[in-house]
Amino acid sequence: MFDYAQAAVDAALAAGARYADARVMDRRHESMGARNGEVEELTQEASVGIGVRALIGSGWGFFSTSDLTRESAQAAGAQAAAIARASTSVSGPDLELVPVEVRQDSWASEVREDPLSVPLTEKGDLLAAATRTMKEHGADVALAGYDVWDTTKWLVSSEGHRIDQHVVECGAHMNATANGETETQRRSYPGIRGQYGTRGWELVREIDLEGNAARIAEEARELLTAPECESHDAIDLIIGSEQMALQIHESVGHAVELDRILGWEAAFAGTSWLDLDQIGSMRFGSDLMNVTADATLPGALGSFGYDDEGTPAHPVDIVKDGIWVGVLSGRDSAALAGLDSSGGAVRGDGYNRLPMVRMTNVGLLPGTSNLEEMIAATDDGIMIDTNRSWSIDDKRLNFQFGCEIGWEIKNGKRGRMIKNPTYTGIGPRFWGSLDMLGNRDEWTFWGTPNCGKGQPQQIGHTGHPSVPCRFRGVRVGVRG
Amino acid sequence: MSGPLLDVCERVLACVGANAEAEVTVTVGTDALTRFATSFIHQNVTDAAQRVHLRVVLDGRVAESVGNQTDDEALDRLVSGATDAARMRPVDPGWPGLAPPSTGPSVEHWDDATAHAEPAERAERIGAFVRAADGLETAGFCSTTGAAVAFANSAGQRLSGRTSTAILDGIARTGTSDGSGRAASVRLGDLDGVAVGGEAVRRARESADAGDLEPGRYEVVLEPGCVVNLLGFLAIYGFNGRAVEEGRSFARIGEAQFDASLSLADDVAHPMAVGIPFDTEGTPKRRVELVRGGVTSGLIHDRRTAKALGAESTGNAVAGAGPWGALPANLVLEPASASRQELIGSVERGLLVTDFWYTRILDPRTQVVTGLTRNGVWLIEGGRIVRPVTNLRFTQSFVEALGPGQVRGVGTDLTLVGGVAFGAGAWVVPSLHLASWNFTGGARG
Repeated sequence: MFDYAQAAVDAALAAGARYADARVMDRRHESMGARNGEVEELTQEASVGIGVRALIGSGWGFFSTSDLTRESAQAAGAQAAAIARASTSVSGPDLELVPVEVRQDSWASEVREDPLSVPLTEKGDLLAAATRTMKEHGADVALAGYDVWDTTKWLVSSEGHRIDQHVVECGAHMNATANGETETQRRSYPGIRGQYGTRGWELVREIDLEGNAARIAEEARELLTAPECESHDAIDLIIGSEQMALQIHESVGHAVELDRILGWEAAFAGTSWLDLDQIGSMRFGSDLMNVTADATLPGALGSFGYDDEGTPAHPVDIVKDGIWVGVLSGRDSAALAGLDSSGGAVRGDGYNRLPMVRMTNVGLLPGTSNLEEMIAATDDGIMIDTNRSWSIDDKRLNFQFGCEIGWEIKNGKRGRMIKNPTYTGIGPRFWGSLDMLGNRDEWTFWGTPNCGKGQPQQIGHTGHPSVPCRFRGVRVGVRG
Repeated sequence: MSGPLLDVCERVLACVGANAEAEVTVTVGTDALTRFATSFIHQNVTDAAQRVHLRVVLDGRVAESVGNQTDDEALDRLVSGATDAARMRPVDPGWPGLAPPSTGPSVEHWDDATAHAEPAERAERIGAFVRAADGLETAGFCSTTGAAVAFANSAGQRLSGRTSTAILDGIARTGTSDGSGRAASVRLGDLDGVAVGGEAVRRARESADAGDLEPGRYEVVLEPGCVVNLLGFLAIYGFNGRAVEEGRSFARIGEAQFDASLSLADDVAHPMAVGIPFDTEGTPKRRVELVRGGVTSGLIHDRRTAKALGAESTGNAVAGAGPWGALPANLVLEPASASRQELIGSVERGLLVTDFWYTRILDPRTQVVTGLTRNGVWLIEGGRIVRPVTNLRFTQSFVEALGPGQVRGVGTDLTLVGGVAFGAGAWVVPSLHLASWNFTGGARG
């Protein structure tokens, strides 16, 4: 496979490129879905192809094809250069690439149980049983599913990189829906998107779908008769770690993507409220807030050995003691922003997608408290978890998020269950109100397998280490 | 019927043999997209795409395989993978059977020049957009796609078709405001970079230095970008056989759930439509009325939900849609007689909104959705635009917003909007004047 990638790079250089890289990717994806006790869908997808990136002047070009021969790889390299040349007709600032150590290396994620070797019957039985149990315990609709991605990729660059990586990603999800007279309520497990990691089938065994099926079905039904979350202009809010993962993803992760800050996503995904002139001095949150982007965390969904530009995985400080200190970057965006090195955060969703700035494992470092202490320390508050809806403005500043379930907290104790909890806020103001943070025992590496970004749209796999947190004076219960 | 793609289908069916039912879809095409930001082209991609989708049924046991190679060895692997998987599965009690042989509609939305457009042709339109901005910063994209699709199944169904689409979509930015312009067509030649860029500039300049507005309920004139967004929620969570079957939908056939001025259909044969006239199960598309004169009149189905609800498939199956069920690719909201000026002129006190952003559903049954405005909002008083307004967050039931008595005007400005939710297609809609919209806060908090 390296030979095809090398042929493409050589052809791009011969066609006038001053830099080129090529990725051959071979990916297998298996997904199964069950509904109401029956396996309803099983899809196995195999794709292989090559994507070539060429730089002429300050213009990039990218061409991809599933036709994998030496001749087609050379043609792809030449096409990428021709596209890059067309880009120069509407050109911008001089574009350079920050230096990165040239390596020839191999890397593989750690897998204890190959998910594609687990018999389909066993996997189907697991999903069928979980959905059957949810039905038996009050769900009107019970869904469960799993996904496995097994990806091998080979990178060659005109600077001399030759890196191959084998990444296995795996996870599962389930949810129970209960229908009332005029509404539906849903409970999901382990989270709205399930739980995913760069791990094998052992992850699915650990989350124990069937052991949690009855509980979530009963909770979904119970929510139908639970009182509505009341509206409060300012109340103490305890957020579970699954919803915190979403909070981090939307209001921190996307906001610190350097391509957004530079305006490269302005027309679609949006920009950022952050100004590069204020990096190192801007207060993002309270002193308790420490966020890193760390692609080296074992088993987390955003982990890898090298990003798609050949930059080795490494931890990057994003927020330190509440101060914004870092960004998610690649070689070109870092150069344009005047940074010395790439954050190693560039990945493409498949051989046929342009590598772009994506979150790695963007997460909170744990604190010293825990959920029970937060409840005990709250006189009048609300506790919520499991994301249900998410909406945030194009600068990643104003958000309104909803959760599947909540509880009143009165005098340090968890009270009655409430439904349809929502909360809204402005990023730095909200993060500034963080006053209690879960400890290392509660630190969970949540995986988000469906982060949409880019045009054509790419679906990224990102990780979000998080813990339960308490925030003071939050607006809760926004009504329609 | 023959052709190189159908030949691939036949090779796959031959490989499956007579002991199983099977259906095959082969798609070949080029997806090209040129992106610009801060007024220069920063991303420029072309994918020579190829996909083979196989569904095999062995005595009611169903499995699917997808590949992107068409040599004999790869097709053998595709077939053996699907059949091996099917053998290990239980019988699917909801399996509706294969689509029977039938004739597809004689519809082709195709332009050869668009399907084979060069990057320079996209760059030319972007250059025109950027120049039209007259110094304002710009961002957006120009895309061209061309796809040929063939379908065959072991029940004897054979279909083929092709489609092309071109989209130019961008914003101009003043520093305090963004304004959008967009156009879509089956033909790249229809897209005028100067005109689309000019529209974006007008909106950006007219919405510059906007002021805040107190949240609350306001009349709204929603431009086509908003209307497409709104209809997406109705279609995906409402007029969807799967959602109805599971009790998650608001839709009740025969009830006047909407304003009498609204009529909505899925119609691949509409003159402004793009897309292939059959679905991934080999069911030809037909015009499906979803709302007629405010009365809910139909649902979107694939074969599975059609069987479950005693209906017929409407040809809206989407590969990989999973629990979402069938999706409409060609929604058309019928226009009426009000010009843009007349829609604005009939507003006592309200807002003109260009686009919605990041809309998410809070409850599918009540269709309560939260989201924000984007790319230009203006306050209208006494039928006249009086000033630009900063972006607002809303939390609103989309069904209630379109309910009986709630639509005060339907525009003449029928517009094809590409890139709709779930990549389901491109929809054709006019602007709407609605009696009430619940804005719950300013975007700045």
